[in-house]
Amino acid sequence: MDFLNGITLISNYILIPGLTYGSQLALGALGITIVYSVLRFSNFAHGEFMSFGAMSSILLCWLFLSLEINLNPLPTAIIVLPFAIIITIFYCILVDKIIFKFYRQQNSKSVINLIVSIGVMFFTGGLIRFIIGPGDKNFFDGERFILKAKTFKNYTGLSEGLALKTTQGITIVLSIILVILLFWFLNKTKTGKSMRAYSDNKELALLSGINPEKVVLITWIITGTLACVAGTLYGLDKSYKPFTYLHLVLPIFSAAIVGGVGNPVGAIIGGFVISFSELIVTFAYKKIFFYFLPNYLVPDGLLQILSTDYKIAISFIILVLVLLIRPTGIYKGKII
Amino acid sequence: MKNRSRIQILYFLMAIILLAVGIFQSWNVALTIFNLCLISSIMTLGINVQWGNAGIVNFGVMGFAALGGLANIIISMPPTSNAWETGGNFIVIGLLIFVLSIIFSVFMFKRVNFNKRIKYLISFLIIFVGYFIMRLMVDSPIEQIEAIEPAKTGYLGGFNLPVIISWPVGGLLAAFAAFIIGKISLGLRSDYLAIATLGISEIIIYILKNEDWLSRGVKNVNGLPRPVPYEIELQSREWVLETANILKIPLPEVSSIIVKLSYSVLFLLVLLVILYLLQIAVKSPWGRMMRAIRDNEVSANAMGKDIKKRHLQVFIIGSAIVGIAGAMLTTLDGQFTPVSYQPLRYTFLIWIMVIVGGSGNNFGSIIGAFLIWFFWIQSEPLGLWLLSFITSHISDTNLIKSHLLENAAHIRLMFMGIILLVTLRFAPKGLIPEVKR
Repeated sequence: MDFLNGITLISNYILIPGLTYGSQLALGALGITIVYSVLRFSNFAHGEFMSFGAMSSILLCWLFLSLEINLNPLPTAIIVLPFAIIITIFYCILVDKIIFKFYRQQNSKSVINLIVSIGVMFFTGGLIRFIIGPGDKNFFDGERFILKAKTFKNYTGLSEGLALKTTQGITIVLSIILVILLFWFLNKTKTGKSMRAYSDNKELALLSGINPEKVVLITWIITGTLACVAGTLYGLDKSYKPFTYLHLVLPIFSAAIVGGVGNPVGAIIGGFVISFSELIVTFAYKKIFFYFLPNYLVPDGLLQILSTDYKIAISFIILVLVLLIRPTGIYKGKII
Repeated sequence: MKNRSRIQILYFLMAIILLAVGIFQSWNVALTIFNLCLISSIMTLGINVQWGNAGIVNFGVMGFAALGGLANIIISMPPTSNAWETGGNFIVIGLLIFVLSIIFSVFMFKRVNFNKRIKYLISFLIIFVGYFIMRLMVDSPIEQIEAIEPAKTGYLGGFNLPVIISWPVGGLLAAFAAFIIGKISLGLRSDYLAIATLGISEIIIYILKNEDWLSRGVKNVNGLPRPVPYEIELQSREWVLETANILKIPLPEVSSIIVKLSYSVLFLLVLLVILYLLQIAVKSPWGRMMRAIRDNEVSANAMGKDIKKRHLQVFIIGSAIVGIAGAMLTTLDGQFTPVSYQPLRYTFLIWIMVIVGGSGNNFGSIIGAFLIWFFWIQSEPLGLWLLSFITSHISDTNLIKSHLLENAAHIRLMFMGIILLVTLRFAPKGLIPEVKR
């Protein structure tokens, strides 16, 4: 019984939150990785693109709710997501046409592109705050829990509860679907293959008759989709606030680099590495030992490795460690 | 010389703008803006020496500035009574043990011949053990120190020395951090370096936010001593009273203007010294070597220049300058607030200053800092004015109008983005381009 209680405790406090946050990070890191491998620059504006996606979802949610269209018990955000994705893609392509295209044609250095993306970040951040304001927005509606802690306790008779929030379930399911679709597209379709060829060797791809503008367009379509879904899921799970997205870009970058920039599998692995280590390092192990060890061996302290205040800093500590030990990341990057 | 006339025109223009603020708004506001302009221009000089002259991307501005701020506490605050006795020594020894374990594991990693995986495992274990010994030694003293009058002190305090000393010390602290960061990350490609410095500066700020025994964390340290007299003190002086009488300005305003002016003089002195040194450095063979490395690393390497070492050197110099500016900023504020260091926003603001002013040109960086900071401060009222102008024909009860006016303050982020993008597109060399030698 104690053993089962311990397992439940770990799943409730580490496994499920880690999977949720990890999927959100992985989707974000995938966006950064794909821009990097095709367009060859680190896109600092990605966090704000995510925020833009979440903002479009919120605005559409309000519209749909005022028209009394909803999807009870699921949140309304699910229905509006496709429309929000289209808006975000449109914005990404617009930004590319007006801003990034010029530097691509000039063959600018990647650092210049990076600084340009910071300009885009500032502009988009201002635009979002201008449209929706800097305050907290909660746009979750419908049933809160798929599985309540109390129901779980009654059902199994354990003393530890296991809760699964609707947003967590949706995040995990949607991420899996999106990732499968993405890999199918990259590996099986002709367009996806041409994209991979372009990112692997640009000159050779151009010689083989691949249209670079089309590749760039598809890159932004994928990026916009990923950004919008990741942003909406994050906002749905933790409530939307423009400021948090400015800071979210750092753990996402860590995830992309830890996995190996330019490698989609790496981005996903990196996202989960970051999210799980954040939880594992800041978790108070006292209760676990309480279940797994005999009573007289249980220590007094909380047994945290680092206090919870350092939660976000952990992603950077891992980033530094990876850069020290294996600068290419877990998977060697650069190829989709 | 085209550049020289540009410098003269732009500096003259800036002076007129500030004077106009002084005459039409108030001299207090003008001097506040001027002081912050001076501090940001020192920061831009630090970044310019790295980016403009050596091509290194340093996004860790706020981390180094925060270290400079920490120097203020360590140097100038009075030591908390009993804090050192209750366990300050334990904390120092514990930290030393942790640092030693890191040094030992690096030493072992470099010197011992083993399978690589085993080496990683052993180094990791050594650091892990060092960390646990540190936690054992440090945990209860920290709790005790933080319990000493938590509302007022609850931290170790400082050495009670004049606050001016903290400026060079802030530079030293930042230089030390830059040495470690540079050792870790300077070998990386430029965009990795950018993200690594950003991440590490975030770690520094997190430490300052959460280690209450050191910096009081989010409780802030208030009432840092000043290098200039207090307003109240000035108001009782004879000559201040006379000046107020002659100029017919209320006494409190005169005294606060005098305080701000004395800050300005101090900051201007520091700025001029740093500018002078940097100008000499840029013109010297060292500056030529730096530019050679920036423009073509491979050929500079072939000429026998040690690129890694030079990069580390310039990284340390630039970061130290940023640290000095950070210390000055905290002295000006009179308090240390870790929350106010927002890496993403203010770091990039400094970068916009460097790029708009002209990367590679020290005079350009300074004017960039002045213009952008002025604009950052004044664009809030500007945005409000612009929006009320646009929406003036809409009735006041309109929802859209009230929403737009409410969010007008955020238009300045958009302005900044547009300024950066326009500069990069149409004048990538900035307002005052680098001198061709």
